[in-house]
Amino acid sequence: MLKVDGLCVAAGELPLVSDVSFTVGSGERVGLIGESGSGKSLTASAVFGLLPDDVTAAGSVRLDGVAEDLVGASENLLSRLRGSRLAMVFQEPMTALNPSMRVVDQVAEARLIHRTAGDRAAAHRDALRLLEQVRLRDVAELGNAYPHQLSGGQRQRVLLAIALANDPDVLICDEPTTALDVTVQAQLLDLIVKGVKERDASLLFITHDLAVVATVCERVLVMYGGRIVESGLVAEVLTSPKHRYTKGLLDASDLESVDERGRLHAIAGAVPAAGQFPSGCVFRNRCPRADDRCRVQPPWFGEPTAGHACWHPVGGDE
Amino acid sequence: MIKVENLSRVYRRSRTSPLRPRAEVHALRDVSFEIEAGRRFGIVGESGSGKSTLVRLIAGLDQPTAGAVTFDGQRVDGRSERRLSFLRRDLQVVFQDPTGSLDPRMRVRDIIAEPLVAQRIPGQAERVAELLAAVGLPADAGRRFPHQFSGGQRQRISLARALAPKPRVLVADEPVSALDVSVRAQILNLLSDLVEQFALTLVFVSHDLSVVRHVCDTVAVLRSGELVEIGDVEQVYREPRHPYTRQLVQAAPTLRGALSGVTAADLISERKRP
Amino acid sequence: MRNLVIGAVLVGLIVLAALISFLWTPFDPTQVDAALRLQGPSGAHWLGTDRFGRDLVSQLMVGARTTLYVGVVAVGVAAVIGTPLGVFAAAGPRWLGEIVLRANDIMLAFPALLLAIMFGAAFGASTLTAMVAIGIATVPSFARLARGSALQVLNTEYVLAARSAGRTGLAISVRHVLPNIAGLIIVQCSVSFGIAVLAEAALSYLGLGTQPPTPSWGRMLQESQELLAVQPRLLIVPGVAIALAVLGFTLLGDGLRDRFDPRLEGHRAQG
Repeated sequence: MLKVDGLCVAAGELPLVSDVSFTVGSGERVGLIGESGSGKSLTASAVFGLLPDDVTAAGSVRLDGVAEDLVGASENLLSRLRGSRLAMVFQEPMTALNPSMRVVDQVAEARLIHRTAGDRAAAHRDALRLLEQVRLRDVAELGNAYPHQLSGGQRQRVLLAIALANDPDVLICDEPTTALDVTVQAQLLDLIVKGVKERDASLLFITHDLAVVATVCERVLVMYGGRIVESGLVAEVLTSPKHRYTKGLLDASDLESVDERGRLHAIAGAVPAAGQFPSGCVFRNRCPRADDRCRVQPPWFGEPTAGHACWHPVGGDE
Repeated sequence: MIKVENLSRVYRRSRTSPLRPRAEVHALRDVSFEIEAGRRFGIVGESGSGKSTLVRLIAGLDQPTAGAVTFDGQRVDGRSERRLSFLRRDLQVVFQDPTGSLDPRMRVRDIIAEPLVAQRIPGQAERVAELLAAVGLPADAGRRFPHQFSGGQRQRISLARALAPKPRVLVADEPVSALDVSVRAQILNLLSDLVEQFALTLVFVSHDLSVVRHVCDTVAVLRSGELVEIGDVEQVYREPRHPYTRQLVQAAPTLRGALSGVTAADLISERKRP
Repeated sequence: MRNLVIGAVLVGLIVLAALISFLWTPFDPTQVDAALRLQGPSGAHWLGTDRFGRDLVSQLMVGARTTLYVGVVAVGVAAVIGTPLGVFAAAGPRWLGEIVLRANDIMLAFPALLLAIMFGAAFGASTLTAMVAIGIATVPSFARLARGSALQVLNTEYVLAARSAGRTGLAISVRHVLPNIAGLIIVQCSVSFGIAVLAEAALSYLGLGTQPPTPSWGRMLQESQELLAVQPRLLIVPGVAIALAVLGFTLLGDGLRDRFDPRLEGHRAQG
């Protein structure tokens, strides 16, 4: 459904995302996991064609049924696809919604822009139905509210209703629950999964939270330093990781397993700032297993959909 | 050591209309508990639970609408800032935002020395050097400015500042929630080390029950300003008595749970977790 | 960045002209010579002479001194009074802050020129009285800015951290608030400098500012106004000088604002 090949994103000379390739099959739920500075959000924005002004993309992003490459496509084409075949839910719902427009009208507008609803009245009816689908209570009343009158969780539901308004083929969610409380997060995750399942849509879910990705997705891509360092089925990558970074991340986030001194398994050092990642393997300055070989950029080992880029994979050459 | 009795805090919103009365927000309602010396006391709550208000009241940075806060038998509430010196020396706070809680125009050594300067404690230069080493920062870090450090390192600076006056109680308000996962473990380890090394009483505030479970021995659960449950952290985590605590435990996705088949729908359903 | 450079160059030229004028000017700027009156630009008099035969270049150079003097006095008065007032209004007791704020609003409604005319009438017209008046009239804009930005600083976690470290009122204002609003105040100084230069020109033009024989750009305009039709050069030269000075200080202020904007700073740190 969605095929990304050799995607590079750079701010001037500074590479932020390097050679990212992946596919999202029809109806598949894929997670893109990474910490701050990993380039995961930029990857999503590049796929969606919404990069900041001073940032450029190269490579290719293909959507099934669209002849042109989305990288470098005209704004005209992109705006026709956005909101209809491709939809996105952002991290901060307050800035993604128009503060001076009633929420029901914003949902209705999504139907009108792409001429999926016959007229205003039909669009309004559709909007109420969509708001009900994301299980907002009293949609007749809540729909007439303005975004600032809603809670964070409610706003995020409205955003999801807008994203799902035209039954997109691909839904991209960029940290949709990071700003929410856990109880609200759980409800939204459920709605996202149900929403894409009902439409048989593909999902690209961006997050820093391993537990969330494992709950929502079937396949996972692990990003670090602007590169995909490992990918595969959630059940495999998150139980027997190959890349040293994935392993480190899993160990560091496991609050229940401690060493003999009761300490968590931390990764040394800090995530470098953009552009400060080492050459060769991006993780080598924090990796306990790094040696001279890691000065060379590791190739991709394994299948395109399940593999890693590590010279010394866990359980490999030891 | 710290005693909170029938504590309430009402904020009054500014007027939205001259005709209607000011809206009142009950940030805390009638909260009582006691923290004994040497405890690692966790406070868990979601946004709007009143946990940050509680921290400010305990640290004497805000005044309650009703109720009392006592520290070692001395009243904290109702005092002017100048008469809180006993508290400033013995209780220090680490705030959530590692960027926002450090003055961007001050050098790290001046930031760390601030409690010493404010409380006229001598031997500042040596103490700063000692603290930098204790939190694992290089000795030359003192000359630099906060923006030259990563989030995790900034939280180390925050910790060093809090430890400067040799407090007996450390209050940490969401100290790791703004950090990357790979750095979070480092800071949690450091926090545990410091608490042990300096025999501190820890008050640890978080929205994340699993982090509190790792760090603390006792936990208080807050919801909409009310204390809903308090007890041994393992007990509360495994057998929550209050329905809200149950919801809180269940709604948080875990890697273990997800890998053993817990779906998003299970997080909100009434089904028991495996 | 471009604003900053252009502004700095323009301001630099004025400062340079003023400094050189202490050591050297082509002619004595106050030298009246009936034989040389109303001469056009020539090798000796680059911009020609005025109706008293005084050299325009020399007058411009010495006038630059007046311009800078004016700016420093007016902006100095405004910043030194306005900034602490604003910080106090933000950090002090609420009722007192409220009083400062209201007084400020009243001042804001008071035209600067009117104040200058009153000062001139009371203390005699001179560059100094005019500038003190302009300075006092500019106090509210500084106080307002200082209060607004101080309130922002007072709401940060690092001020909360300072309080929990044991710092109280005055120390927080001096150690945390002032350094963090200094950038914005400097920007305001630069912008106000331009306004002060313009005000001095206006007052001198009205005869309430700099008195003869001290050269001033505003007075150069005033003395030549009847000749607008016959010798427009005499008005264009000081007019352009004033315009460039105001532009220079405003651009410098804009450029500095960009540099001190904390959001941009964060961006740079991340980038």
